[in-house]
Amino acid sequence: MTDQGIGASVRRKEDLRFIKGRGKYTDDIVLQDMSYAAIVRSPHAHAKINRIDTSAARAAPGVVGVLTADDFAAFGGLPCGWQVTGKNEQPMIEPKHPILAEGKVRHVGDPVAVVIAESRAQARDAAELVEIDYEPLPAVVDMRSALEDGASVHDEAGDNLCYDWELGDREAVEAAFRKADHVTTLELINNRLVPNAMEPRCAIGDFDDASGEHTLYTSSQNPHVIRLLMGAFVLQIPEHKLRVYSPDVGGGFGSKIYHYAEEAIVTVAAKVLGRPVKWTSDRTEAFISDAHGRDHVTKVELAMDKEGRFLALREQTLANMGAYLSTFAPSIPTYLHATLLAGQYTTPAILAEVKAVFTNTVPVDAYRGAGRPEATYLLERVIDLAADEMGMDPVEIRRKNFIQPDQFPYATPVALTYDTGDYEATLTAALKAADWDGFEARREEAKRKGKLRGIGIACYIEACGIAPSNIAGALGARAGLYECATVRVNPTGSIQVMTGSHSHGQGHETTFAQVVADRLGIGLDQIDIVHGDTNKIPFGMGTYGSRSIAVGGAALSNACDKIVNKATKIAAHLMEASADDVVFENGSFKVTGTDKQVAFGDVALTAYVPHNYPLDELEPGLEETAFYDPKNFTFPAGTYVCEVEIEPQTGAVEIVSFHASDDFGNVINPMIVEGQVHGGLAQGIGQALLENTVYDNEGQLVSGTYMDYCMPRAYNFPNFTVDHQVTACTHNPLGVKGCGEAGAIGSPPAVINAIVDALKDYGVSHIDMPATPAKIWRIVNGGMAAAAE
Amino acid sequence: MPSVSMTVNGKAVSGDVEGRTLLVEFLREKLRLTGTHVGCDTSQCGACVVHVDGESVKACTMLAAQADGAEVMTIEGLAQGDKLHPMQEAFRENHGLQCGFCTPGMIMSAVDLARNNPDPSEKEIRDWLEGNICRCTGYHNIVKSIKAGAEAMRG
Repeated sequence: MTDQGIGASVRRKEDLRFIKGRGKYTDDIVLQDMSYAAIVRSPHAHAKINRIDTSAARAAPGVVGVLTADDFAAFGGLPCGWQVTGKNEQPMIEPKHPILAEGKVRHVGDPVAVVIAESRAQARDAAELVEIDYEPLPAVVDMRSALEDGASVHDEAGDNLCYDWELGDREAVEAAFRKADHVTTLELINNRLVPNAMEPRCAIGDFDDASGEHTLYTSSQNPHVIRLLMGAFVLQIPEHKLRVYSPDVGGGFGSKIYHYAEEAIVTVAAKVLGRPVKWTSDRTEAFISDAHGRDHVTKVELAMDKEGRFLALREQTLANMGAYLSTFAPSIPTYLHATLLAGQYTTPAILAEVKAVFTNTVPVDAYRGAGRPEATYLLERVIDLAADEMGMDPVEIRRKNFIQPDQFPYATPVALTYDTGDYEATLTAALKAADWDGFEARREEAKRKGKLRGIGIACYIEACGIAPSNIAGALGARAGLYECATVRVNPTGSIQVMTGSHSHGQGHETTFAQVVADRLGIGLDQIDIVHGDTNKIPFGMGTYGSRSIAVGGAALSNACDKIVNKATKIAAHLMEASADDVVFENGSFKVTGTDKQVAFGDVALTAYVPHNYPLDELEPGLEETAFYDPKNFTFPAGTYVCEVEIEPQTGAVEIVSFHASDDFGNVINPMIVEGQVHGGLAQGIGQALLENTVYDNEGQLVSGTYMDYCMPRAYNFPNFTVDHQVTACTHNPLGVKGCGEAGAIGSPPAVINAIVDALKDYGVSHIDMPATPAKIWRIVNGGMAAAAE
Repeated sequence: MPSVSMTVNGKAVSGDVEGRTLLVEFLREKLRLTGTHVGCDTSQCGACVVHVDGESVKACTMLAAQADGAEVMTIEGLAQGDKLHPMQEAFRENHGLQCGFCTPGMIMSAVDLARNNPDPSEKEIRDWLEGNICRCTGYHNIVKSIKAGAEAMRG
């Protein structure tokens, strides 16, 4: 099975439908008698709603209904899935997040009313006719001033503080800073990003008044979580009366994890109107209604001894929550960020102080990497600056502080225990592949052409597959974080797998099938992976945080083990042998020491046609389910090297090469893993060079379309080079870690470190992302002081 | 309501449209050819690229009425029965897609490039893709796919 099992770069099973235009995304679904919703959204960042007049809209052609907050009075608000407890056991402030605005709007794009009509165009036309009398209020836009003299976004949070949280040993950190030989200090921002999955979100509500069952079709990364949140907290209906189905989903990157207002809107509206209701976001709407990512302002300090050994790290961060708490938002700058501040290093004392702030902006939540890119960025930037201040080589300062292979398992001062890793190995591979030693010659060559050349390095660590559930619960998670898989062997030996993971580009239909092929010796074309439908799958927590293979794949592996266990007993009966003497190899059950064997397919048939079957010992059928709750996170790590060339006349940055050396543990499909790295790199490099979310002082989103928000294009990148080393995860059955987010975590500091290196003759010690040509041009032509003006 | 007639994937079709109906709306909603996708409102993303009279066009930039009498080909019309177009095959072989949403537009755009420039350099491919956004692949494997697809189209 090596040609198609674990470790083989087989081409993807799912591709055929996509390349033929036969993918089935939510907006492709048309139901009988379907109507269309258009959402009236706030044009103000902050305003009181004095009056809503829907009469003109109701009278418009094709309109079948107009809903406002009053129509949702019987339902709850959108729930937040993570309760963070701040310093001194202070609970976070969790203001109500209404489905439609109740008396006040709090960000541009806040939904106020819904118009439903016979056609999309009629709904949009009529939405223009809803008259809303707004009384604008002062907007809270900048996080720094929000805590001091800002107006309040919520009455419950008068000072706009959601929580004030810290992690680490304050006394140990302060003591280390007192005895340090050198302290490096850096202030930086992690720029707000818009996820921009290419498929805009879409939701269709349907209600069957005979069965009383709601169906929600939605472009989501985790249908069961949506069913749980919307069923239990919003609609308060039993789960078996709500089916959530996410067919093909055109990318998510975090933005399709959350339970959004529109899902509740179409579900309620379908029942009110007695017909299906579809809402499809357009791109402009996506900019003001999809949760954004990142948005930190940070001061970081690194204390060292005179040899450059790290003694302590301290950060103070303001994290923007936006106007409401999105589903997982509170956990991002805390448990997914501060816990990663040890990085690959032995820093003995760390203190993270994080204040979460409400502002009149779109809610912020997890975006590819979620907290971990922010941690890696501040760490790998301050280390480079420290090396520069200490007159040390950026590679050597890292090497000197690496956790060594013989130190694993390694407990960090910020709550994690890394199981395995070999950071020197990925560093060495990356430096060699990037020809680090040959760089100075290339810099000289570039100088002769009038270009500024720089090289940058970043060593990242990630924690994937949040786990175990009891620890996550103790930290405030309101859900378990296990995964589920059912392996159904059909009578003729073909297999369906029902997985709680959700694929929206990651290729699970292939990699998950490879795991089954490997475990059961079945051809890939005999295996179908079923996901995304709460009516078909026992349960599942979905796909995000690079958890699918480490948690979902592990559940699948365990379910396969159960299948083999039961099938072995059936086979033993068929061969009149003891089950202890039967082994399963290459798709057949064999009695050791004899030539007796029976094929997997024959065992499957026997299980369903139990004429010669030990019915007194075993039930018929061959279907097994496993729920897997991991013992720990997994910890992928790697080193990225970026080389840039800057055109001083324009400030334009060209990435001339980018190399990634990663350790993802065991790899199921190297081709797919490389593809995941490429995509992550593009998003990380996009953050470093191009992407930025800009609000003006009134809270208007200035970068609200693809004409204003700079999306990375093909010509912005080189061909990436990637390789991987393997230290297998020690606590899941596949030895896998996770690869989806790594590229977006490690690349921003590598790029900025390279740019700072290229500009070192201009006295540059830091440049905030995105490093646009305009910023760089100002530095080159006027120095740092001029650039800051 | 004006009526339009055109040939789509070799088949004569007609229908009543509003004056403002975009070609992409006509294809998706009237003809139920949902392989052509809508990813933005500003003609920046290229998920809606189809061929109109043999040239790649963003179907969200053209009114259905403007395509009256035209020959339109969408992603659904590219394969010859069970035989994939070489560009489709190249995307499949080179892992040129992940979520698949931008893919139809990418392939239609790439076919037009290869017809006009049978041996495009990597730089020419990257420049040509200015009008197509992919958020998943980092473009690396798309460029590789198009290079291979163009080579296969040369025969």
